[in-house]
Amino acid sequence: MRPDGPQPVERQLPTDEAHELMALVRDLARREVRPRAAEEEDAGVFPRGVFTTLGTSGLLGLPYPQEYGGGDQPYEVYLQVLEELAAARLTVAMGLSVHTLSCFGLAEYGTKEQREQYLPAMLGGQLLGAYCLSEPNAGSDAASLRTRATRDGATWTLNGGKAWITHGGIADFYTVLARSGAEGPRGITAFLVPGDAAGLSAAPPERKMGLKGSPTAQIHLDGVTVDDGRRIGEEGQGFGIALAALDSGRLGIAACAVGVAQAALDEALAFLAGRRQFGRPLSDFQGLRFMLADMATAIEAGRALYLTAARLRDAGRPFSKEAAMAKLLCTDNAMKVTIDAVQLLGGYGYTADFPAERYLREVKVLQILEGTNQIQRMIIGRHLLGPETRA
Amino acid sequence: MSLRIVVCVKYVPDATGDRHFAEDLTTDRDAVDGLLSELDEYAVEQALQISEASDDAEITVVTVGPEEANKDGLRKALSMGADKGVHVVDDALHGSDVMGTSLVLAKAVEHVGYDLVVCGMASTDGTMGVLPALLAERLGVPQVTLLSEVAVADGQVTGRRDGDTATERLAASLPAVVSVTDQSGEARYPSFKGIMAAKKKPVEELQLSDLGIEADLVGLGGAWTAVDSADARPARTAGTIVKDEGEGGKQLAAFLAERKFI
Ligand SMILES: Cc1cc2nc3c(=O)[nH]c(=O)nc-3n(C[C@H](O)[C@H](O)[C@H](O)COP(=O)(O)OP(=O)(O)OC[C@H]3O[C@@H](n4cnc5c(N)ncnc54)[C@H](O)[C@@H]3O)c2cc1C
Repeated sequence: MRPDGPQPVERQLPTDEAHELMALVRDLARREVRPRAAEEEDAGVFPRGVFTTLGTSGLLGLPYPQEYGGGDQPYEVYLQVLEELAAARLTVAMGLSVHTLSCFGLAEYGTKEQREQYLPAMLGGQLLGAYCLSEPNAGSDAASLRTRATRDGATWTLNGGKAWITHGGIADFYTVLARSGAEGPRGITAFLVPGDAAGLSAAPPERKMGLKGSPTAQIHLDGVTVDDGRRIGEEGQGFGIALAALDSGRLGIAACAVGVAQAALDEALAFLAGRRQFGRPLSDFQGLRFMLADMATAIEAGRALYLTAARLRDAGRPFSKEAAMAKLLCTDNAMKVTIDAVQLLGGYGYTADFPAERYLREVKVLQILEGTNQIQRMIIGRHLLGPETRA
Repeated sequence: MSLRIVVCVKYVPDATGDRHFAEDLTTDRDAVDGLLSELDEYAVEQALQISEASDDAEITVVTVGPEEANKDGLRKALSMGADKGVHVVDDALHGSDVMGTSLVLAKAVEHVGYDLVVCGMASTDGTMGVLPALLAERLGVPQVTLLSEVAVADGQVTGRRDGDTATERLAASLPAVVSVTDQSGEARYPSFKGIMAAKKKPVEELQLSDLGIEADLVGLGGAWTAVDSADARPARTAGTIVKDEGEGGKQLAAFLAERKFI
């Protein structure tokens, strides 16, 4: 019989090797990631060393082809790896998700030569990537971005400013979306810009509500020149690439949300079993048990939905609607679960001595980035009804 | 000629799990997940480092244990980078103590062929720590145990042993048996590629008869020790709370003194 209290998540994985991968990830999470999470998040320290360890273990390229140094793992597996890491520390899991997102364009739309030249280093574990779509005045309406790319022969020059860039200032490479043509979504092109390019600089990181270990910064592109060989896809194809990347990225965010929610539930379970009031363990009170039951159900439902979307993706079927649904459901559920976890810990939950309040602050951002949850509803609506008509 | 390193590793019940005794007072292995003893990971790590520092070396990991010891124990060492495995598995081994295990390991190590045998400092379940010495005696080779540093050069193994009062520098000619401590350097994590490569590495399964060992020398029957009784650890009781009303320090000291901590 299973003992009471928090348990490792019972995972459905397709292969033996995926189970062994998961055991490795749990080991890394337990020994390398979780122990310093609270302290470093408090101090705003980015765990670069953890990414090096993940890199040497082969975890920075899991969903990409083996021939370029990836792990050839289906999304169904990669996302559960993210979930486990998120339960240990969101900064690490989200960082991995953003890194994966920043490799997407080149891996999916790059030429064979480009992939051979750049991908092995990007997936090999030593480098960390960033993804630059948002701008101060182009958030949800990303297609209105204004960073310019002008071409002169085989050289492009980039000018403008990007906002909210995860790993901004510390990334080794940036996938940058810039306007190379007319207004609107068809005038955008994607580029792979090295982190040490002349003219690329980062503002001091934003001071955030949570996820303080993960630097988020504005990036200035001041006459940055890149070779045409670093253009990803066709001219004008950039926005399509950005959206395709986000379809997959959203699944990563969904998995991250489920991971943090699971950690919050586990925290609450352990606390309630250990604390007594009215002469009984708190876990005896039906009112609290019902809350826990709802939390556990919300988590499991989210996990099931992101895995459904992932399995569609792995089967090569359309998954964009399901990805939006998974991002929406998992992050909204995680918000509810973490708020309830704080409530269940009472006054202790409101202090920084327990991780519950940090989980709450951290998951909030997951309802905002990679398309706010309003935007997810808009996407789902379009899948249901087609584009809105505007008079 | 290539340096033949053999690492002896143990598959143990997860120390963080709830461990119980079976009816015959042996460890109930079915009730809890098993894994490669964490103290043996240090031995694998040192073997890998010795191998990386030499031109030509081959690492064989050897384990004596139940069916699962291959997949959940040996495989971890192989995914860290060892070259091949030997798994001695036989129903007659059930209940073996360190005398039986060291006999089987000695035969298995001889079967593989070796220049250097590396062991962990103790197992995380039995924690006796005498196996390396017994093994060396049975093999009739020098033993250099409890090393926090180890290196091989010119047919010799050298190392450092940190004692409570002195640090010793030791050397022995090969072939030899060494054991390494948890101070010898953090064990590496396997990589995902290592995990996949491990699947293709050969693991030889041996039974007692393959090693020419009589079954009555091992197992519960052949054990030199016997467990007469075992009780579950009593449930934790509420602690004593010392309220500091001026005499708190003295009360604490008295509490500790009574239990012979100070
Ligand atoms: C910590 C963090 C990390 C980030 N990392 C990255 C990154 O690495 N790369 C990157 O490119 N971006 C990143 N972002 C940016 C993120 O994707 C944007 O913040 C997000 O897309 C929202 O844009 P905005 O902040 O400009 O808000 P706005 O678009 O101004 O939205 C404000 C509010 O209006 C709502 N709204 C807007 N339009 C509509 C509409 N049509 N219908 C209904 N509601 C609407 C929104 O849902 C929101 O509630 C990050 C953001 C944060 C906070």
